Amino acid sequence: MQDELIKRACDLLADGTVNRVLGWSAGDFFYDITPTVFESAEDVKKNFVYNDFCGANLSKYLIAESQKEGKIAVFLKPCDTYSFNQLMTEHRLVRDHIYAIGIECDGKVSAETLHDAGIHGILNVQKDGDELVCQTVYGEKRIAFDKAEDERCRNCKSRKHVVYDELLGPEGEVLDSHRFDEVEKLEAMTPEERFSFWQGELSRCIRCNACRNVCPACTCELCVFDNPKSGVFSKAASNDFEDANFHIIRAFHVAGRCTDCGECSRVCPEHIPLHLLNRKFIKDIDTLYGDYQAGETEGQMSPLSAFTEQNDAEPSIVQKGGIH
Amino acid sequence: MITRISSEKLPELLQQISEQEKLYIPVDKSDKLSVYEEYAPGKVMSLKLNTLRSAKDFFFPQVQPMAKFRMEGKKIEVMDQRTETEDYCIFGVRACDVRSFDVLDRVFLADPVDTYYEDRRKHATVVSFACSEPSETCFCHSFGIDAAKPDGDARMWIANGNVYLEGITEKGEKLLQSLDLAALGAAADDAAVQEVEAEQQRVHEIQKRMPLYSLKPTDNRDKELEIFNAPIWKELSDKCLGCGSCTFVCPTCQCFDIEDFDSGHGVERYRCWDSCMYKDFTMMAAGTPRKTQLERFRQRFMHKLVYYPIRNDGIYSCVGCGRCLRRCPIHMNIVKVMKAMEEDA
Repeated sequence: MQDELIKRACDLLADGTVNRVLGWSAGDFFYDITPTVFESAEDVKKNFVYNDFCGANLSKYLIAESQKEGKIAVFLKPCDTYSFNQLMTEHRLVRDHIYAIGIECDGKVSAETLHDAGIHGILNVQKDGDELVCQTVYGEKRIAFDKAEDERCRNCKSRKHVVYDELLGPEGEVLDSHRFDEVEKLEAMTPEERFSFWQGELSRCIRCNACRNVCPACTCELCVFDNPKSGVFSKAASNDFEDANFHIIRAFHVAGRCTDCGECSRVCPEHIPLHLLNRKFIKDIDTLYGDYQAGETEGQMSPLSAFTEQNDAEPSIVQKGGIH
Repeated sequence: MITRISSEKLPELLQQISEQEKLYIPVDKSDKLSVYEEYAPGKVMSLKLNTLRSAKDFFFPQVQPMAKFRMEGKKIEVMDQRTETEDYCIFGVRACDVRSFDVLDRVFLADPVDTYYEDRRKHATVVSFACSEPSETCFCHSFGIDAAKPDGDARMWIANGNVYLEGITEKGEKLLQSLDLAALGAAADDAAVQEVEAEQQRVHEIQKRMPLYSLKPTDNRDKELEIFNAPIWKELSDKCLGCGSCTFVCPTCQCFDIEDFDSGHGVERYRCWDSCMYKDFTMMAAGTPRKTQLERFRQRFMHKLVYYPIRNDGIYSCVGCGRCLRRCPIHMNIVKVMKAMEEDA
């Protein structure tokens, strides 16, 4: 598949459709994948990579890239297309400057999962049916593909490309996923258990902001947490509650806009399952306002932006008087 | 002198140390997480390659309370938050993290001495732990660090079903002498020395097969401006998300900010880690932070690979622990920067 992508990228550069290509490249290990802008066919042929480790969502890079001169081609996996639509809805992309190519995805794995499974000294990884075969300096190690996958891929919500200019491979279908199972487990806890679960997870937060900076829904020019005039400005927790505060505010801010791409949990250096906060909001929105998938179509209105007093699930919050 | 005890006696060894002073060991919280925790009977030491966060937290915690202020009328009361630390032992620190203490010492213990750091540092006894299974993200040897023979106050190897202990500094010797190792069936013979040498040899052979084995930093102390102005920075920094993952997991990053927290009853002043990757970094009194991600990104790597060596006899401010290689959300890391610098130079 990588060869097909390289060929297409080179053709688009050659016929002048685009002047740049956004894809992935690797470093010393085939798994240390970095999103990369390629400006020449030569560069593409030499460095372009598409493999099981290309999990990074490229949509957010388009905010800056689509502001530049000329058109850029971008390869989007199905879940990346949802982010793309959401960014379009929020007027963050210059659509005329983008040529979107939908590409197939069978789920992505990350080297972190392999390391966590005790596989070290990795020299090479090959897929063999349902298994990954890792060549390491300590010999050959095998791991089931779905064990090495990111959680978001194990519970993939959709393999459908919801937006594209061109498809390489099938359009794909929305899947019947089990992504709310973990949320249900949290819901089944008592408030005390849930509080202690989240306290345990969020107390590890180092406020590196990787979750925020990678998030395609976090596109503020200046985040409230970076703004000394906002009243909530902070670089670290000065008390036990502040890390929770950061994540709860962020989850509220992206509620109704989060497509559940899972980048937040993928990048968290402390392995905090941040996606569960967002997924709880998604489940609640589905329950209270009817099924809604952010990024499904361009221009759709989030239930949290569109609700009225008539369909408000919690009418006590919007009261007569006050601003009325 | 190298002392050998059976690795089955490790829990008893830890117990003995904990009876001497407060003891911290790496503990597995899950298959993903190992963290330093205060030892308590029953706690098992993690054998993972390294802790998720570096050991710098002991001396330079993410949040350090400094002073409290309370105002009554026109009177401001200032309460120093410093407390003298008791002696404690950090057990099981890997070679890379041990070297990071030297890097930090040159910053915090230089005049004017940072007394918060000094207090935590001087009360600690560091027992290091030799690596037996380095990973492909390890490149400590690039900076002259021997993963199989770590520094510290005392060092430990675990191999052949045995624990081997060796005192290095006076503090380390003192700790070992305070223990009743004979009760653990200790032996200190020539065979122990040979077994440790064989173990070191084994690990060195493994390292030779790692992809980063040939990586060597280039001494660029005389090329400061040239590298500062090199075109490499644009391409490298274009990809950077500007988060602080690399700086916060890094054992040698040492930048901090001082902030006030209004508790409602007064002000609590604390210092906390800061990151040169952030746009508001150094936006203090002058309000002139580096404006672009290129400048911010360049600062981090110039500091580690050029500025720090210029000021510190050619010592690099990277210890090759590989945490940033593993944690960067987009895998843009110091190895890629070192290689780009080399190609450019």
